[in-house]
Amino acid sequence: MRTVTIPFLFAVTLLAVTLCVTPSQTQAAAAGVGADAKATEASQPPPVATPEQAATKAKGANTFNRLMKPKSERNPAQAADGIHDPDNPGTPQLQPPKEAFSSLATSNAGNYINWVQSLKTNAVSPRYDRLDPNAEALILDLDIVREVKGSMPDVVYPHDRHTAWLDCSNCHPDIFIPEKGKNTISMAQILMGQKCGVCHGKVAFPVSECRLCHSKPKATAAKPK
Amino acid sequence: MKRNKNVGWVRPGMGATIFRLVVCLAIPALVAVAIMGSSPARAEYADIVINNYSDAAGMRPAIFPHWFHRIRFRCKVCHADLGFKFQAGGNEINMLKIINGEFCGACHNGEIAWSVDNCDFCHSGKPGTKTQVHGSTVQKLLKPSQPAK
Ligand code: HEC
Ligand code: HEC
Ligand code: HEC
Ligand code: HEC
Ligand code: HEC
Ligand code: HEC
Repeated sequence: MRTVTIPFLFAVTLLAVTLCVTPSQTQAAAAGVGADAKATEASQPPPVATPEQAATKAKGANTFNRLMKPKSERNPAQAADGIHDPDNPGTPQLQPPKEAFSSLATSNAGNYINWVQSLKTNAVSPRYDRLDPNAEALILDLDIVREVKGSMPDVVYPHDRHTAWLDCSNCHPDIFIPEKGKNTISMAQILMGQKCGVCHGKVAFPVSECRLCHSKPKATAAKPK
Repeated sequence: MKRNKNVGWVRPGMGATIFRLVVCLAIPALVAVAIMGSSPARAEYADIVINNYSDAAGMRPAIFPHWFHRIRFRCKVCHADLGFKFQAGGNEINMLKIINGEFCGACHNGEIAWSVDNCDFCHSGKPGTKTQVHGSTVQKLLKPSQPAK
């Protein structure tokens, strides 16, 4: 209850202070402030909101982060996630993501879970076979380096970390011809959901994590001509 | 609004009053949150909404959570062994296929996972939600996230 009330305490104090400092404000303006506070409450899951964020958000149009999601809005429970119907009787019975994620390695994007690390350390042990819990993955240890034009480090494509999850047929031959140099790949395609973007930016870690792919520094730095 | 004005002269020693007041305000606010829900969708990355037929059939759209399933199965199980194509809505899943043991029905059969009679575990989406991969780059590029209101 305490964690729930703190943000409201802040919002309410702020509201009150605003009303006191500017007593001449019209009813309409006061209503405006009220509406803002309401919006703040509606868009913030109370258990995780911090006082600073409540205070920042109450500034209406001029919130500090306008487009970036605040940390407090990550991994919300289904009923508050915007796509599940909170009125559906089954919704509250679904597992809240935070509960499942509490023991996994974290990352900065996507589900905010480092799935590679979580698999390596057995924090998760997903079945490789639908029925047999002991089936072992067929790992291919083969890195493919793709030289990148311009300043960005070269891309290293690691087969091992992919075959830990996927089958060869998931990529070959539909997405990639299994022969070095037979495929053209560009960032534009990846962003539009093709090539590496079939998975990255949809289910596997998102495109924002440049360095996970662009991981091999160039031997010689690019110079202006 | 009038009530709020009274909190203006916050003085030390008024903790209990403020606490009571906050509780009074917090409960209606929580109810409001519960009723209105939150408008901007910020569901889990890679949640798949499947709505080829559901809306038309008067069912809530189905939602498939990748995060939950990938804790239990590798991608290979569904996307190679069970033949799920990499395309939201692209597998044309329907209930007959499911009870015949295809797609979701390969597991949701009362043996590997709970069976199909639990309609609202799968059909849990807000009515009208379009088929989508939630949080995908393409979704963000085509429809930039709205500024927080
Ligand atoms: C490879 C097997 C498999 C397939 C295929 C599968 N599921 Fe599941 N699913 C599971 C298992 C195992 C569970 C956990 C069951 C339990 O809790 O007893 C589960 C649980 C769920 C849950 C509940 C998650 C929670 O919060 O507890 C939902 C929703 C769900 N599945 C939807 C689907 C839908 C929709 C499909 C088809 C598009 C599908 N599943 C296909 C194995 C599968
Ligand atoms: C996630 C996608 C993915 C999966 C899964 C995958 N590969 Fe590849 N594979 C690639 C990419 C990307 C390349 C590089 C193609 C290029 O450089 O043009 C590649 C290249 C290859 C090559 C050519 C290497 C060379 O030096 O010419 C072989 C052979 C190959 N893969 C075999 C396999 C086998 C066997 C498996 C299963 C054990 C597998 N791959 C799984 C993506 C994948
Ligand atoms: C078929 C789906 C698929 C495709 C296509 C694919 N990946 Fe991946 N990739 C994955 C999955 C799944 C993981 C595991 C980590 C995760 O889910 O975030 C992964 C992990 C990685 C990692 C390891 C990151 C780490 O933390 O060590 C790198 C690097 C990577 N991918 C690069 C690429 C590149 C480059 C391409 C294109 C040439 C590509 N991937 C294409 C599914 C895919
Ligand atoms: C999933 C892996 C992956 C991620 C994540 C990724 N890249 Fe790339 N990037 C590639 C691949 C593969 C190429 C093509 C290399 C080649 O020419 O073969 C590429 C090429 C590029 C190029 C060269 C121009 C072009 O389009 O070919 C630039 C610049 C670039 N990336 C920038 C970025 C930046 C900036 C980010 C982060 C926002 C990023 N990349 C994230 C895989 C990735
Ligand atoms: C394991 C998950 C799951 C369960 C449990 C489930 N469904 Fe479905 N159902 C789906 C999916 C996925 C679709 C395809 C959705 C779409 O494309 O709109 C679907 C489609 C439907 C459709 C429209 C297509 C058709 O087959 O006519 C109806 C109606 C439907 N479900 C009713 C039900 C009812 C009633 C129950 C409970 C007895 C139920 N479903 C249980 C996953 C499930
Ligand atoms: C339990 C089964 C299951 C597992 C495990 C699973 N998926 Fe999926 N995947 C699905 C279903 C179901 C869909 C939606 C298909 C549909 O709507 O017809 C889907 C869709 C996708 C899509 C298509 C998104 C688009 O572009 O529309 C991608 C990419 C994908 N999955 C990648 C992965 C990766 C990578 C993994 C492993 C980390 C994985 N999936 C694990 C069942 C699964």
